[in-house]
Amino acid sequence: MHFAEPLRLRSGARIGDYTLMYETYGTLNADKSNAVLICHALNASHHVAGTYDGSPKSAGWWDNMVGPGKPVDTDRFFVIGVNNLGSCFGSTGPMHANPLTGKPYGAAFPVLTVEDWVAAQARLADRLGIEQFAAVMGGSLGGMQALSWSIMYPARLRHCIVIASTPRLSAQNIAFNDVARQAILTDPDYRGGDFYEHGVVPRSGLKVARMIGHITYLSNDDMAEKFGRKLRNAAENNDYKFGFGIDFEIESYLRYQGDKFSEYFDANTYLLITKALDYFDPAREYGGDLKRALASVRAEFLIASFTTDWRFSPERSREIVQALISNRRKVTYAEIDAPHGHDAFLLDDARYMNVVRAYYDRIWEEHAKEAA
Amino acid sequence: MNFDDLSALRPDLAFIAHWVADGAHVLDVACGDGAMLHYLGAGKGCTGYGIEIADDKVLESTRRGVSVIQHDMEQGLGLFGDNSFDTVMCLSSLQMMQNVEELLRDIVRVGAEAIISFPNFAYWPHRVALLMGRMPVSRTLPFQWYDTPNVRCATIHDFMELAGECGLEVLECVALADGKPVRFLPNLRGSLAVFRLRKKARVAA
Repeated sequence: MHFAEPLRLRSGARIGDYTLMYETYGTLNADKSNAVLICHALNASHHVAGTYDGSPKSAGWWDNMVGPGKPVDTDRFFVIGVNNLGSCFGSTGPMHANPLTGKPYGAAFPVLTVEDWVAAQARLADRLGIEQFAAVMGGSLGGMQALSWSIMYPARLRHCIVIASTPRLSAQNIAFNDVARQAILTDPDYRGGDFYEHGVVPRSGLKVARMIGHITYLSNDDMAEKFGRKLRNAAENNDYKFGFGIDFEIESYLRYQGDKFSEYFDANTYLLITKALDYFDPAREYGGDLKRALASVRAEFLIASFTTDWRFSPERSREIVQALISNRRKVTYAEIDAPHGHDAFLLDDARYMNVVRAYYDRIWEEHAKEAA
Repeated sequence: MNFDDLSALRPDLAFIAHWVADGAHVLDVACGDGAMLHYLGAGKGCTGYGIEIADDKVLESTRRGVSVIQHDMEQGLGLFGDNSFDTVMCLSSLQMMQNVEELLRDIVRVGAEAIISFPNFAYWPHRVALLMGRMPVSRTLPFQWYDTPNVRCATIHDFMELAGECGLEVLECVALADGKPVRFLPNLRGSLAVFRLRKKARVAA
């Protein structure tokens, strides 16, 4: 969907003439009360669920969660996935032409915040005629967007579902992000962000960035179990290779993940999204008091975290829970004992899926009661 | 859930629900399947939270629409502010706690009133079992000595003493048998001890 009217950003910059890619699943009911907005995390897109015709491998990034008969049941709800501004899956981003210069934005693409994304999503909702969502939901960075919705537009969502997220990044989180950014920025092929014009891609920088990120998504135990110290194509006698190539399985896995990522992801998008993560801190303008930041929220919350997630640990989720409790808001909190670290929010775990399903069942019952 | 449903399902809870004021803000420590909070919300306009550690019970509570917080009560009630609840309930769970005294002090901190229940170890069949030289096994203590989750065995008199030390004043104490109050010899004839308590008024220094 195209938007001609400029959007004023948190930084003071404006972005005009932009497009947002979105997909919908299910049917919007007559009173437009069954809409659910799904917000994506770092490397995902508007393609939340289902597969595209003719490509069976094109399952959406949250296909285990969203679809007919799934926890977020598209036979009941009208689900919207939207690709955020600055991303690289079709919505206006740094690889697109800047209308002022006719050349790709590159590093000149304005730095965005989570709140800017939410403001853009709200405009999309306006266009679709959705005044109030039954729920806004996201995991990780997506959870930050859901939380921002509840703060910025308290009356526009009945439920807010925040999974494996945090009210702000820690110094350690920011440190990892900055190492990733440095990998990109110092790649000679980055060319100050204007690599598009030079026909190159800072692939090695992106690859290292992804490898670093990926380490933070997995738990130590999960890595130990999957890879341990297993050797990859060991030399004879199962010995080391005594070189700087790949010895261990974990090296092979991370490099493969990095290579794959560098083929489809955009370097400027990576920089933009990690900055949005770093800047997110809704309590900042309330002197660090999250309770006050959440004083105006009206939505009911489901918060879920995973015990082995050290990127956005259960403590961070409990801070949100505590701030909601002190404001006497309705909140359900599930702390899932799962081994897969931060990535658990994308994986199948019966306890996790069941709690989300139960919560949506309740949203649906409530909705049916109101309609009756 | 209405009162009749609750009475049929859990007569002990139905009895206890009378002690919670309409519209009270309530914390249910170890809320289980959320039946009590569900009734208090639907039937008495109460608000509040349950805390519960077990996955299956968190799920049940979520299904009932109860605001349940998955949390280990052994970790205390640090999520909750001072004097933030009208009533704090801890029903049939205290006997499973390691840190009974700390939890009681935390209950005093966050609530104005408390309702606490536990199996009365001095219930006469338990006394008989002990006289016969065996650990008691009954409907309220349905476990063998080697697999019981109940690590604290208390009688009505024992609890009364500890409650006082933790800053709680007993408003009412009732012993229930099959969900009905026992008036005559309650510490002998009641299988479930139920206390209604209030934070002691601070004495000016």
